[in-house]
Amino acid sequence: MAMIRVKLPQHLRTLAGIEGSEVEVAVEGAVSAATVLDALEAEYPMLKGTIRDHGSKQRRAYIRYFACQEDISHDAPEEALPAAVAKGREPFMVVGAISGG
Amino acid sequence: MSKVRVLVGTAKGAFIITSDAKRQKWNIDGPHFGGLEMYHLKGSPVNPDRIYASQAGDWFGQVVHRSDDGGKTWETVNNEFTYEGKTEPHQWYDGTPHPWEFKRVWHFEPSLHDVDTVYAGVEDAALFKSTDGGQTWKELAGLRTHETGNQWAPGAGGLCLHTILLDPNDPDRIFTAISAAGAFRSDDGGETWKPITEGLHSDFLPEPEAEIGHCVHRIAMHPANPNVLYMQKHWDVMRSDNAGDEWYEISGDLPSDFGFVVDMHAHDPNTVYVLPIKSDGEHYPPEGKLRVYRSRDGGKAWEPLTKGLPQENFYNNVLRDAMCVDKAEPCGIYFGTTGGQVYASNDEGDNWTAIAENLPRVFSVEVQTLE
Repeated sequence: MAMIRVKLPQHLRTLAGIEGSEVEVAVEGAVSAATVLDALEAEYPMLKGTIRDHGSKQRRAYIRYFACQEDISHDAPEEALPAAVAKGREPFMVVGAISGG
Repeated sequence: MSKVRVLVGTAKGAFIITSDAKRQKWNIDGPHFGGLEMYHLKGSPVNPDRIYASQAGDWFGQVVHRSDDGGKTWETVNNEFTYEGKTEPHQWYDGTPHPWEFKRVWHFEPSLHDVDTVYAGVEDAALFKSTDGGQTWKELAGLRTHETGNQWAPGAGGLCLHTILLDPNDPDRIFTAISAAGAFRSDDGGETWKPITEGLHSDFLPEPEAEIGHCVHRIAMHPANPNVLYMQKHWDVMRSDNAGDEWYEISGDLPSDFGFVVDMHAHDPNTVYVLPIKSDGEHYPPEGKLRVYRSRDGGKAWEPLTKGLPQENFYNNVLRDAMCVDKAEPCGIYFGTTGGQVYASNDEGDNWTAIAENLPRVFSVEVQTLE
């Protein structure tokens, strides 16, 4: 069991009732974007559909995933996250597009 | 009546504006869900403390909120709207096939009889129903899979189902309107549907009197006379006396028959309100004058209502879900603008006052008349 740090945009933290800038989720087995988001949505079901599509699990267009200063949005969701994320030294970041008015 | 509660959905949150029965002093509470696009909020006529709210934006998609205490606190309910049945593409703006993609809930219509039953009109156009207070949603797929579905095409705002009317005398009768497909009626609780567009004429269509393709902006019904419908179409104000089977034009001498809203007086089924907009290329009132028009004879003659409304240099729009009427005596009329003003009249439209002036762009205004 790995404890993964996850950073979420402000509006998603508000929606989920998360205080502070990060949340920790427990991930069994392989640590990937898919398994981290599965664990996040299991603990905070109100986030389902807000980061990725309900059915296809495709990342929403205005969302990106960052880890260890890298944009990993276009990696396969099942690909292993960096060891620093898996060991809790770095967060997995869900980032909203910088746009709007 | 002891109180009215106005539910305002805006581009950056929801606001709840309340007053006592006199409707002279107003209190603004909000923003709820600050910074987020709140398309529509509507309360249940069975239990007005039950309110459904649609949050929808490009970043985080659709979120559905529900309150059971009149908007003081909210909980998140299910936001999964899955299309059912065949998925033959609809048309894109250029006429090419385009797959159905859920984007947002434009309008919630709570049941007249059951607090946990609510309908959702969505983009891409479809009708969903929940019978458990929003915990699950099921498409009434007979509408979207209608044999004409592959002819439906979006208007500038998207292919949206924005109007849901429930017949108070017949629980099986539902009316919907879709931009830009037209208007539809079901007489079996939403299982099957028929287009109700005879008499509509749209010059932008290759065949102006085609069954499908009309950009219907809004339909209104008075509960005392549910066979009489009023329609604000892209252009033309229309009326039907037979539940939509046939329509005829009642634009009369309105300064423009383009517009978005149409609403009914609370107590008089012959009194109807519209708010003329200059044109489809100029989404603001003619001459820069913000005027509501009222007909007291079912659309034969129209009178401008201007007292308290800006009569020069007004260049905002009033969107299709942004006008409503309370049930007080005399009834109150409310509308919100894309410039963030909410105007109210407590005397059937004779006199107006701004009850909010600097809100974000107003998408929707609904009012609850509370005992």
